[in-house]
This record gives sequence, structure tokens and C-alpha cells, in this order.
Amino acid sequence: MAEQEKKRRPATTTREDTTTEETEAPAPSPQGEKLKAELDDLLDEIDEVLEENAEEFVRNYVQKGGE
Amino acid sequence: MVVAKVCGIETEYGIHHVGGDGNPVASSSLLVNAYVSDLARAGWDFEDESPGNDARGFAREGSMPPEIETHLVNAVLTNGARYYVDHAHPEFSTPECADPLEVVLYDKAGEEVLRRSMAAVRRALPEGQSIVVYKNNSDSKGNSYGTHENYLMDRAVPFARIAHLITPHFVTRQIFAGAGKVGSETAGNAGRDITFQISQRAEFFEEEIGLETTLKRPIVNTRDEPHADPQRYRRLHVIVGDANMCDVATFLKVGTTALVLALIEDDAFDGRELTLANPVKAIRQVSLDLSLAQPIDLADGRTTTALALQWELFGLARKYAEDRGLACLGDEAVGQQVLQRWEDVLHGLETDPSVVADKVDWAAKLGLLEAYRDRHGLDWDDQRLAAVDLQYHDLRPERSLFARLDTERLVDPQDVLDAVTEPPRRTRAYFRGQCLKRWASSVASANWDSLVFDLGTDPLRRVPMMDPLRGTAEFVEELLDGSSSPAELLARLSA
Repeated sequence: MAEQEKKRRPATTTREDTTTEETEAPAPSPQGEKLKAELDDLLDEIDEVLEENAEEFVRNYVQKGGE
Repeated sequence: MVVAKVCGIETEYGIHHVGGDGNPVASSSLLVNAYVSDLARAGWDFEDESPGNDARGFAREGSMPPEIETHLVNAVLTNGARYYVDHAHPEFSTPECADPLEVVLYDKAGEEVLRRSMAAVRRALPEGQSIVVYKNNSDSKGNSYGTHENYLMDRAVPFARIAHLITPHFVTRQIFAGAGKVGSETAGNAGRDITFQISQRAEFFEEEIGLETTLKRPIVNTRDEPHADPQRYRRLHVIVGDANMCDVATFLKVGTTALVLALIEDDAFDGRELTLANPVKAIRQVSLDLSLAQPIDLADGRTTTALALQWELFGLARKYAEDRGLACLGDEAVGQQVLQRWEDVLHGLETDPSVVADKVDWAAKLGLLEAYRDRHGLDWDDQRLAAVDLQYHDLRPERSLFARLDTERLVDPQDVLDAVTEPPRRTRAYFRGQCLKRWASSVASANWDSLVFDLGTDPLRRVPMMDPLRGTAEFVEELLDGSSSPAELLARLSA
């Protein structure tokens, strides 16, 4: 498998050479549903932990340049 | 000729003092000092019994009340790292690491040091006050602070050649190493409708090469301060990167850069060098091009793209690995892992950036922002999205948005905790860290390339460490274990 990969992709691979084989996006599936549920949970959590007054929080975050 | 790519990362953290008086220098000092004082107390309590708990800085200010600290704190830790206040930011500099995976480990240990610092300073501050740190590089208002990498290089390679050959990588590596941000904040991008970009830092770069770090930032920094034998070594100081949260992004940022530097040292470009027509224009353009497909002008009139350029460098690196191996990255297996992950991430990016959202910060952040935007029907200029951006980098576990994502981990959490106090074993950081662990009260000062001992009677004794690959466990572990005191160590060192 690894060998095949190597032959298929010469050192000078360019974008044009490599875009041909994996353009199909996976179709919706039970796994996709699960991911969506997980994402919903994550967004719920963000709603909980995100700084309450976003505008003030962002405005007050001022740094001096560094380095 | 290639030399072992000893490497490390220095991170300036963003800092917000809730309920403070708005003096970031004082707040940064409080934060760092709270951590160092806690350690010093532990060391005092258990001296001779549990020396592993001890860490000391240059000065002996550890026991003074923090409110009278007016000078900048500067500490060297038992893991060989440096923790200090730089300008108006707390900064953690990893010890010298032997390979890119070790850099990931110590970069994460640095985050843990900052988390412990936040907890320590909260105990010392009045009710209602706290200090919060963010591992990012911009305040979205035009102020940027740095995340700098360092790589050991062969002094014999002309600097102009390094600068010329590394520039295309610095311009395009952001496609997997960019931390992403909402909007833009510099005059160069004014008036353009920019919702999101790949890099936090790219738009702050104005020159191709130079010594500056705070104004007119150059893509290639020329600071020549090897912290090692200047006849043999150079330390390439890299200021062009973003701070990464994702393990894989840090690993690839450091690993691919070390690899391209090895190609340069061994002259392995095989006549296939690419020169960009305008690197400054290109680095900003790449940051704005979420398609990764826009043409970038080459000096010879042809064009390329960020992805194609990365594929080209990857191809050269793979050829180099086949011909000579990758032991120069500190470990052959880690080197092979860099190569494999480099290939995987480029495939992922050209399929769809969401494929690498568990590995690449900008893709992770963009996915989060788009989902949050969809849920609440927000415009891109809604401040809640700016807040999500900021809070992605919040290091507090209870607030960090990054910590809520299921990203791929390359280092074991227990190893990270160990790395908070234990130095790397394969660089001179081992000697520095071990001496501080065992005999902190006899170490008058510590620096990258020397340790100074104060034995109480004699003049101060300086131990130079001019080679980053000496002072390793292999060379000095027995010597340290066989010495019952610093006096004995010094006697045996000079014997």
C-alpha cells in the first residue's frame, strides 16, 4: 500500500496531479448524524461558556505589541 | 552540511487582568512571580528531602511580596525552560528540544505552566480579580505579539542562501500552521471585505528580511545570537509563525521547517529552487485565500499556488529522506512521522480544509465559527464571533473553546505534566535543569549557554555550555548522580 502510494506520487507532484481521485464528499450517514449531534452539543456548550457580554469582552482585550 | 536540528519555541501570551489597573507589565510580573514564588516556597520547605520540587530564577526575589515587585521577573525552570516578562507579556521559552515531537511536548508543558500561574496568582489577588492568558498573537486591533521558533544550523551555510531558500516555506506553511482569525486589522487590508483569514500574524509582515521584530516585521529575521559556539553554529530565529493550539500544527510547523532547513544545509534542492516575485505580498495573499488555489507570482514569470509550493517542498524532502535518512531531525522515526503527516495534511487540505479540522487550527476555528454563525444567524462582524475567536485561545479549561474540540493529540497528558519539571534528556537543557533541580540554592545564574555556581566561598564558578548537544543525559547523568554536592560536581568537571 505504502509502496503503491510512493509510485503514484512522484516527487514533483503538483496540485493538478493529485486532485483527481478524492473529490467525492462522503454521503450523509449514521456517522454523519452522530457528528451533527456532537456538534449541537458543542454549540450548546459554547453558548454556556462564551463570555456573556461579547462586545465588552472583545473591546477590553487590548494588548501592547510584543516581541 | 546539516547539523542536528535542535529546536524550540518562545511564546508571548496575551494577558488580560480582570479588575486590574490596566498595566500589563505589572500584571505579567504578578503572574510569573506567583508561579516562581510558589515553586521557591516548595523548594524551601523540602530542601534536601525533595529537591525535585525546586526551581529558581536569576535573582532571589522569590519570597518578596508580589506587590512590591517593580522589576521584570526572569526565571529559569527545572525543565530547562525560561519563564519571564518580555515587554508587556508573559513569555515561556521551551528548553532546547532534540526533535519536533519534543517541542510539542514542551510547548504544551508551557501551557500548563501558564495555567498553574493563573491559579497561583488568583490566590494572591484581591477578591474579584484574576489574570487570564490567551495563547494567540493578536488583539484584533492592530497589536501583535510573537511566537518565535529557533533552529540550530551550520554556521558555514551563507545566511543569504538560507534566507532565499526558506522564504517560500515561510510564506506558504501557514496553510497548515496558521491559527486563523476573524477579520483583519492592518492598514494594508483596510477597505477590503475580509471575514476570516488563515494566519494571525501574516498581515503584520512588511519586509522580506531584517533585524526588527516589532516594527516593519521581516519574514526572515536576521538576529545573530547563536547562544552556542559562534564558529560552528547559527541559531535561526523565526518570527513569522502563529501560536498553535493543535499538537499536529505545532509538530508540522517545526518539523517541516527543520526539514527544509536540512535541505538547505545539504544543498538538496537539485536545481529546483523557487523564488517568489513578492514574498510580502504573497504571505498576506495566502492568508486571505481560503481556497488555497490563488496563483502566486514567481520571479521567473510563472505562477504557483500555496498548495503546489508545499507539494514541491514535500517532494524534495521525501527525496532527501530516501537518499540520506532523517536522523538530522533528532530521531529517524520522528522525521518519518513529519514526512507522513506533511503528506497527509496536504492531501486533506486539497480535499477540503474541514478534513483536517482536528489537526490544523485555522480549519478547526473556521468550522467552529461557521457552525456558531449558522446556529445564531450571525453576520461575520458580530462580536460574538470575535469572542469565539479569542476564547479559542483561552487557556482556562473552564473557558477554552479549543479544549472542547476533539483534536488529535501527539503527546501523552502525563508526559506533559512530567515535562513541567523534567528537562529534555538529549540536549544541554538536561544539565541546566538537573543542576537547578538538585542545587538551586548554589546556582547564581543560568543562561542558555552557561551556568554560574555560587559555592559560598570561592569566586563564582562559570560552567560554559557552548554546544547544545553536550550536557545531555548520555554525557552527564552519571556525573550528576555521582556528585553529592555542587562543589563535588565542579571538582569532577574540571578534573
